[in-house]
Order: sequence, then structure tokens, then C-alpha cells
Amino acid sequence: MKVNVNRAAIAGAALCLSLWACPALAYTVYISNEKGNSITVLDSETFEVLETIPVGQRPRGIILTKDGKHLLICASDDNTVQVLDVATREIVGDLPSGPDPELLNLHPSGSPVYVANEDDNLLTVIDLNTKEVLAEVIVGVEPEGVGVSPDGKTVVVTSETTNMAHFIDTETYELTDNVLVGSRPRFAEFTADGKRVWVTSEVAGVVSVIDAETRKIIKTIGFAIPGVQPEYIQPVGVRVTKDGSKVFVALGPANRVAVIDGKTLEVETYLLVGHRVWQLAFTPDEALLFTTNGNSNDVSVIDVPNLKVIKSIPVGNAPWGVTVSKD
Amino acid sequence: MFWALLLLLFVSLPGMAQTEGQGGQATPPSGEAMVVPLGYLKQEVRRLIPLSRLNVEPEDIGLAGAELALKDNNTTGLFTKQHFSLEVERVPIDGDALAALEKLVESGHRFILVDAPAEVLLRLADSAKGKDVLLFNIRATDVSLRQEDCRANVLHTAPDRAMLADALAQYLVWKKWPRWFVVKGAFPEDRAYLDALHRAAARFGGMIVEEREYAETPGARRSDTGQLQVQRQMPAFTQGAPSYDVLLVADEREVFGPYLPYRTWDPRPVAGTAGLQAMSWHPAHEQWGATQMQNRFQRFAKRFMLPLDYQAWLAVRAVGEAASRTNPADFAAMNTFIRSEDLELAAFKGQKVTFRKWDGQLRQPIIVAGPDLPVSMSPQEGFLHERTAVDTLGIDAPESKCKFQ
Repeated sequence: MKVNVNRAAIAGAALCLSLWACPALAYTVYISNEKGNSITVLDSETFEVLETIPVGQRPRGIILTKDGKHLLICASDDNTVQVLDVATREIVGDLPSGPDPELLNLHPSGSPVYVANEDDNLLTVIDLNTKEVLAEVIVGVEPEGVGVSPDGKTVVVTSETTNMAHFIDTETYELTDNVLVGSRPRFAEFTADGKRVWVTSEVAGVVSVIDAETRKIIKTIGFAIPGVQPEYIQPVGVRVTKDGSKVFVALGPANRVAVIDGKTLEVETYLLVGHRVWQLAFTPDEALLFTTNGNSNDVSVIDVPNLKVIKSIPVGNAPWGVTVSKD
Repeated sequence: MFWALLLLLFVSLPGMAQTEGQGGQATPPSGEAMVVPLGYLKQEVRRLIPLSRLNVEPEDIGLAGAELALKDNNTTGLFTKQHFSLEVERVPIDGDALAALEKLVESGHRFILVDAPAEVLLRLADSAKGKDVLLFNIRATDVSLRQEDCRANVLHTAPDRAMLADALAQYLVWKKWPRWFVVKGAFPEDRAYLDALHRAAARFGGMIVEEREYAETPGARRSDTGQLQVQRQMPAFTQGAPSYDVLLVADEREVFGPYLPYRTWDPRPVAGTAGLQAMSWHPAHEQWGATQMQNRFQRFAKRFMLPLDYQAWLAVRAVGEAASRTNPADFAAMNTFIRSEDLELAAFKGQKVTFRKWDGQLRQPIIVAGPDLPVSMSPQEGFLHERTAVDTLGIDAPESKCKFQ
């Protein structure tokens, strides 16, 4: 289903050419709706839903290709990664992801694609250009999180039942280190300087900070929220600002995002968002952070500099993944 | 929070190349893998044929769950250089369970799953007293095993009747169906379940408007005639009760219970041991990542996963978790870890599960289900607890009569 091109964006761009002061360009935010079998497309400035695109079954992890032209979608129940053309908003193909792909990530050069196959204890590595499967790496039980180092040399995969973060060499596909973390690790995220990996443990209710070089855990951070019983604090997604100063952790059914000081590794505050918050994504300028609230079917918008939740936007059914365009 | 630091071991294994193989195959790494042997003791019992063909217990019930957990443990074991094994002893009806246990213990098995009635479990526990042996009760729902008959060397992954009744009662009260017409069987197990229902009613605001006993003795279980009789008999039997919302049936031996749904005099839902039931697991449960568990189990066992399979899976996984975070050769360390708050077993129910310190019962949310689908999961919203809502199910610490021997 196509929609007219966003006229506001064109007008804004035209204005930008004629005046010295340019209005903020709107980014495009993509959200996968796990039960709705769709992708919601949002304008990051007006917060309008631009379109809801029907896609494959049970879409979860999504990511934009490096050139920004395609959105890769893990259609878990279709056992494939779909490729969506961003301009036409149509599915144009798919990738041989292996069964039940949950989450995916990209080598910083843009290819290959790393896909966690939740049902089969595998990480599948696919060349984005040729669509060839380059490798299938055996990891622990129920892999989900896939973090890629900024230098492209290491991929970290979390296995939810084995409770490990596996460090994998991207050239040899060897598992060089297997770090035992808290129960049910969901997500792995490298800092922009490549020095640390943040790994969330959903059932243990903690997030581990791992030194990317020594592969040792520097700190395990727990959370305490007045009025929320500890078992409902279940960290899932995590994002770090480019300068490393602030870390945002989605806490699941605690309905809050924790804000951690990236230097002291202390929790600063908790921001109340929607129900069962799982994933997060910054706009490229890091002015805004979008969170997916799976049980309230909406997305929260956080004003990052002011640490305030400024808006909730209803999207599709059971929003899961979120990613933002680079322009 | 500080305990989280305790449970983190750094494990570093140089250069294990693992590519291009099928997932799930686990062979022990060469040489140094530490073997962690688990035991499984099943006491066969005379079981009445269930009234529905759909509910016949598979031969490998429980065992399949244990074996799948073994596979999961052994996948982790590839990275921690541990290998888990399972030795099974099936004790025939009227066989010698104590001898079977002794055989397991003598051959070095310290962590043993037990699928047996309460009396047998107690004899096994007493015979193992003072030894480095930990038994997991995966079957018996007797509340007495968690109360006056509790044992220091027994942990329970099976929920007891109090937890099951509480889970159901909370849902019915949440649903605003608090008036219950109870139909009870004449056997001791039915009495035990009835006691649990009474307790649950008092705790959560249920109102038992009448109790009626079904006194017929079971005859031939299934025959190809007789349905017309049942069709007439059940309405007549359930006629004339005071106004009620739900018919609760306490019929653990399945003499009449499954005949009640859709045949009650008044159009009312049936719950309890038939109809809407409380259970630790349902084969169609898919919340909180359970789909993956169901997929793995069905691929492995070629059938649906049943509560006993889940209860066995939990026990084997508890040992696996402990082994990955302490030294499996150190029984005391393993025993302590399994019973501690650090266990944090992920059980596909939206929160971690741990064993209660006061009676060794695994605290867990309980599914309330119809035949095809789960309907809800207790604890229900609104039932408060000072520490953790899941302890509103079953016997809580201040009420516990358990003094570990």
C-alpha cells in the first residue's frame, strides 16, 4: 500500500535551501509489529503515522541497510528475513536467514548480515549482496541478541537458555570467548568506541558491562524501582549514546527505561513509558529515543537531553523492533 | 543486588571453532569434561484409564522433559566443559523402590528426579537421609509433603494442591464468579483437593454455596454405549443447587468429573479437576518465549509437552544452572545454590522461579487453562503480597508447618 511522498519533508528541505536557519529534518522511524504482521512508519518530527505496511508473519528484529535504501525484517514465522524497499515501501525480496530469525545486525561495512536463529541454536551469516550463506555458527540454546563491534572484527551473540554472551571472530567464525552472564540474556550492544559490550539479562534483572578486550565483566548493574516488585524488572534492549555518556535500558514489564551514567555506571533515573518496553532506537542526532511498548501497542518518545518522555504514539499490534533512518 | 555479582563466573575457552553443524548435537569435548550424573526414578502405579482417549499418559511422560533439559544442559556444557547424563530406574508396580534408589546412589547419582506417590517419595527420602542426595519431587501434589511431612532432602517442582486451588480461585474471583457449587468424589484425593478449595475460598473470597457428593463407584471406564445415560444422569445429579456461578468438581480419579461440562442442569462453566483447570504447563502455552520451548519439545519428543514433562525439565535445568555457576563436584555448594535466590531459573512464565526456603516448593506462576488454550495465569492482578505476588499461591511462610528433618 503506497502513500504520497511526504510533502512536508520536501517543503522543509526547500525552506532549508532558501534560509540560513534550517528546520530540523524529520527522520523516519520504522517499527515492527509482532502480532500485527506489519511495519509502522513514523515521522520523527510530527510523530504522525505515515503508513502501516503489511509484511510477513511475526516480524521482530529490523534494521536498515547501511545505504539506507532497504529495511531488513526478521519475519520469524515465515522463517525468512524480508527486504523492504524504503522508497516504494514494498517487499522486494528475502534473505536465506535460516529458521525462526529473531534479531539481526550488520557488519559496519554494510555486509554481511548476522542473524540469530532462535529455534536452532545458530547464528547465520549472509552476504547481503550475493545472498549467499557464508556460515552457520553453532551457539548456545535460543540465541537472540547480536552485537557487532564498530571495527567489525567481533560479533557477540547471546543465548537465552545457555545464559552466555558468545564472542565470535568475524573472520574465522570461531567462538573465542563465552562469558556466563545473568539468566536469560536478550541483547548485546557495543559502545561506539568499541571498548565495552552491554548485555541485558531479562530474568536475572541485571545488565552486565563487559570489557570488549579482556572479555571480563566490569560491572553488573541491578535496578530498584519503588513500588515495582523486583521480578517485573526485566531488561531487554539497551542503547548507548555515541559519546558513551548515557546508557538507556528497556526494563520490560516494569514499564520503564533506566538511564545509566556511562562513566560511573550508576543508575541515574527511570523514565515511565508504556507497557512491556523492549527495544529502543535513537534518532541520528540523539535528540530523541523511541521505545516499543509491546503490551500497550504504542511507542514512547523520549527527549534525550532533558530525559523526559514527551509523547506516546499508538502503532500496530505488539510493537517489537524499532530503527531510525539516517536522514 | 549484591548476589548478582556472586553468580557471575568468567569462562574463557580458546579457539573453539564451531561451524556448519546441525544445532543441538552435543558430544562431550575431548578429555576434560566433568560428568554430572542425574538419576530418574519412576514408580509405576496402577492408573485408571482416563475417561477421554486424549488424556492417556504417554509412556515417556516426564522422562521426555528430563531428556530435553539434559540436551539443553549439554549445549551449555559444550562451553563449560561439563557433560550431563541421566540414568533411569523404572520400578514396577509393587517393586522395590528403595533398592532402585540405592542403586542410583551407589553409582554416584546425587541429584535424582522422583516420579512416585507421596508414600513412596517419603520412604525414599528417609532412606537417603544424611547422604549427599537431593531428590526432586516431580509428580506428587500432596500438601502434606510441603507441610508436616516435609524433608530436608526433597525439593518440589510439581505444584501442590494448595497452589493449584489458589490459582484457580484467584482467577474465578477476578472474573467475578465467586459463587461455587462443589461436586466432590468419595476418595481421599478428592477430599484433599476439596480441602484446598475450602482454603482458597476463605483466602480469596470464594463462596461455596453447596457441596454435593457423587457416590457412584467406578465401573468399566470406557464403553461404546452409555452416553445417553450420562446425558440424562448429569443434569439430574446437578439439579436444584442454590444460585451459583461455577461448578467446581473435586474428582481426581476421574469417576464422573469429565462428564460434567455442558451437561450441568444450569448453564454454568465447570472447573476444578475437569473443565477449567490449573496446571504448571499447557501444551498451547506460548507466552514469555514459551513457543521456543514447545517447538523444541515437540521436535524432540514427537508429542505435546505436558505438565509432568515441564516439572521434570525444571528439575534437570535447576541442576544445570547450578553446575554452570558453582562446582558440580561440591554437593554442598550445589545444594545451597539450587535453594538460593540466585537460582533464577528462566521458566517461560514471565518471571524467574526459585525454591521456597520454608518448604522446598518451587514458587511459580500457575496456568489456568481450558482444553485447547490457556485462559489466564495466576497470581491474578490485585492479590497483594508483601514480598512477591507469586507467594499468594500455596502455603506461605507464616503458615508453614514444615520443620525440615
